[in-house]
Amino acid sequence: MSDIDMIDAVVDRHRRDGTRLVQILREIQEQLGWLSPATLTRVADAVGWPRAEVSGTASFYSFFHKRPRGRYCVLWSDNITDRMLGNADLMDAMCKKLWLEPGRVSEDGLVSVNTTSCTGMCDQGPALLVNYRAMTRMTQARLGEMVGLIRNETPIAEWPAEWFGVEDNIRRKDILLAHDLVPGQALSAALERGPEKMLAEIKDARLRGRGGAGFSTGLKWEACRNAEGHGAGAAHYVVCNADEGEPGTFKDRVLLTSYADLVFEGMSIAGLVVGAKKGLLYLRGEYRYLLEPLESALAVRREARLLGKNILGSNFEFDIEIHLGAGAYICGEESALIESLEGKPGRPRIRPPFPVTKGYLGQPTTVNNVETLAASCLIAAHGSEWYAQHGTEKSTGTKILSVSGDCERPGIYEYPYGVTVRQVLEDCGATDSQAVQNSGPSGVCVAEAEFDRRIAFEDLPTAGAFMVFDETRDMFEVARNFAHFFAHESCGFCTPCRVGTTLVRNMMDKIARQHGSPYDIDELFKLHRLMQGASHCGLGNSACNPVFDTLNKFRPAYERRLQSLDYEPAFDLDAALSQARQMTGRDDAGAHLQNEADA
Amino acid sequence: MNAAPSPPKKLRVATTSLAGCFGCHMSFLDIDERLLKLLDLIEFDRSPLTDIKHCGPCDLGLIEGGLCNAENVHVLREFRTHCKILVAVGACAINGGLPAQRNHLDLRDVLEEVYQTEHLLGRGGIPNDPELPLPLNKVHPIHEVVKVDYFLPGCPPSADAIWKLLTDLLAGRTPTLGHGLLHYD
Repeated sequence: MSDIDMIDAVVDRHRRDGTRLVQILREIQEQLGWLSPATLTRVADAVGWPRAEVSGTASFYSFFHKRPRGRYCVLWSDNITDRMLGNADLMDAMCKKLWLEPGRVSEDGLVSVNTTSCTGMCDQGPALLVNYRAMTRMTQARLGEMVGLIRNETPIAEWPAEWFGVEDNIRRKDILLAHDLVPGQALSAALERGPEKMLAEIKDARLRGRGGAGFSTGLKWEACRNAEGHGAGAAHYVVCNADEGEPGTFKDRVLLTSYADLVFEGMSIAGLVVGAKKGLLYLRGEYRYLLEPLESALAVRREARLLGKNILGSNFEFDIEIHLGAGAYICGEESALIESLEGKPGRPRIRPPFPVTKGYLGQPTTVNNVETLAASCLIAAHGSEWYAQHGTEKSTGTKILSVSGDCERPGIYEYPYGVTVRQVLEDCGATDSQAVQNSGPSGVCVAEAEFDRRIAFEDLPTAGAFMVFDETRDMFEVARNFAHFFAHESCGFCTPCRVGTTLVRNMMDKIARQHGSPYDIDELFKLHRLMQGASHCGLGNSACNPVFDTLNKFRPAYERRLQSLDYEPAFDLDAALSQARQMTGRDDAGAHLQNEADA
Repeated sequence: MNAAPSPPKKLRVATTSLAGCFGCHMSFLDIDERLLKLLDLIEFDRSPLTDIKHCGPCDLGLIEGGLCNAENVHVLREFRTHCKILVAVGACAINGGLPAQRNHLDLRDVLEEVYQTEHLLGRGGIPNDPELPLPLNKVHPIHEVVKVDYFLPGCPPSADAIWKLLTDLLAGRTPTLGHGLLHYD
């Protein structure tokens, strides 16, 4: 099949529907390796969108390539937990073996090596993606072998299968992970109750969103249910947010690997309550390897009449479709996720209107976290009274934590809400811990003095990340890693975030180069205030959190890097005259600039 | 015996243009007749208007232009040492501006092109007289080398914007331009 036929076949399979553009571009790129100008033109014509919009979407996502990439595209996960496991040395070694500079494609077009944001394998790093396939536990030995396979152009399908093995590492189960439901059990209980009573159960159980913000699931579903559809395409939608991009979070990966039925069943229950016939699962691009297993799990459910028309003999109709993301952290924000589902760049919308009234395709949509939907099955099967016995007054049920970093047993831990940080540290075998980054970079950095705080909406809300740092770690470097993450992931829509995240990154780099002064620290505080107040969405609002927290709790880690108490230039002034000295052959006093500290 | 009330102490102001085009200074002169009112309130130290060569103790320093050579750095440091308040005036001081367009080229290539290779330009090689300040590898905004207290954007900032900054500072207010004066299209 020629390239053009292939492109047309993909576009036709998606009914020439522009709102499916992200899926169309991903599928074409999987075949052709990159998205050439001619490809984009062909796609734009076929879906009837302006070419600039198609190109805009292709440019936005970091997993789409508008220039030829290497036939082997290696991306090292660059979360702080990967750093702590030595990914920088490994990547360096790889580049040396391949005679490559990071970020450049080799002359022969064979290979490129670069970094990417956290790939959600923090408990089994150093992790990487090779042609967007997830790999774990990289070692020097494997690296040597891998470079050989790349040089010989061995197809990735023939690489050792264990390199792509992803472990669940479930260490502690509670009511959700130790559930004994069979597929269909929760859904039939929900059908028996009917949508109104099911909604009442969810509200009585006081279920709250597991994505971090903790909004009441019952209220969200009710608002969506009560909203009317608009126009000819009037419908309601359920969206499952599996764009688990927050560095250090990987619990949704495990739920989708080993508890997919529970998640799909939760989506179906949500569909029943809000009156939706269609559910969409938005899976982050890093979890591409889960697509086929999830598709077959859906097929099994269709076979068992748990999806489709007349579910379990009732007149309830519901089906689920999977959309893959393409490497954009911002798409974890629900309105950005919806934009992405509609084929556009994932930029957060102005709210209100909220998705519950105007969401996917302008229709009432409920967007829920993977874990929230799974938890709704327990409520359907066992009732709200039973569920609310677990956890605390304002945080019922349990929370799954993704534990990584300096501990003996990283992995998945499920606890009733209200567990102390200290308890989790004890259970995962962490010793000499100095800090925990709770809920990822946009969450809270918890220092040792606060280890008796409780994980619950009343005290420390969390989206699931729990990164442990022992006393040997440098908390400034932790914050600097996060500053780089946010500068990379800002969507660029609003100035406070686009410019602010870059300024914060540059200032952290300046301090790291030991060119910092107290003025820079003042400036970081100023930027924190400005970005928190003026950004368009949560990314910008919280982008300074790790810097702010570590400045307050680990200030000496910054101060010992400061050059002096006076203002310091951002670069070495005398070195800045080096080229002119070389070209003029001068070396007199006027050809040098003293640095302030020596002046 | 009552002493006659002494006139309020005048604010001492220094101005200079580093890697700039003097456009910001021209815009300063555009405050027109307000200049006379201003002279009741301020006196000039080092400035193109006075031809004083070195800056003494001042209340306010206005810097136009970024840093493209070693002399710019010396002048900027002199201003920072002597001025209580230092203001970056205009796009070049704040961002490097037009002179920073050379930043994507290697300085060695630029010097070679201008003084050696290019027909009709190259005469006598790259000048190396100690009288001439050496160019920096890259052009830098001034806040990368000294602490800057306020930034006045614009290319150039309008006369009204400069007037607003000066009157705010004279009155002891934190200068703010507000919407009208920050509007460039």
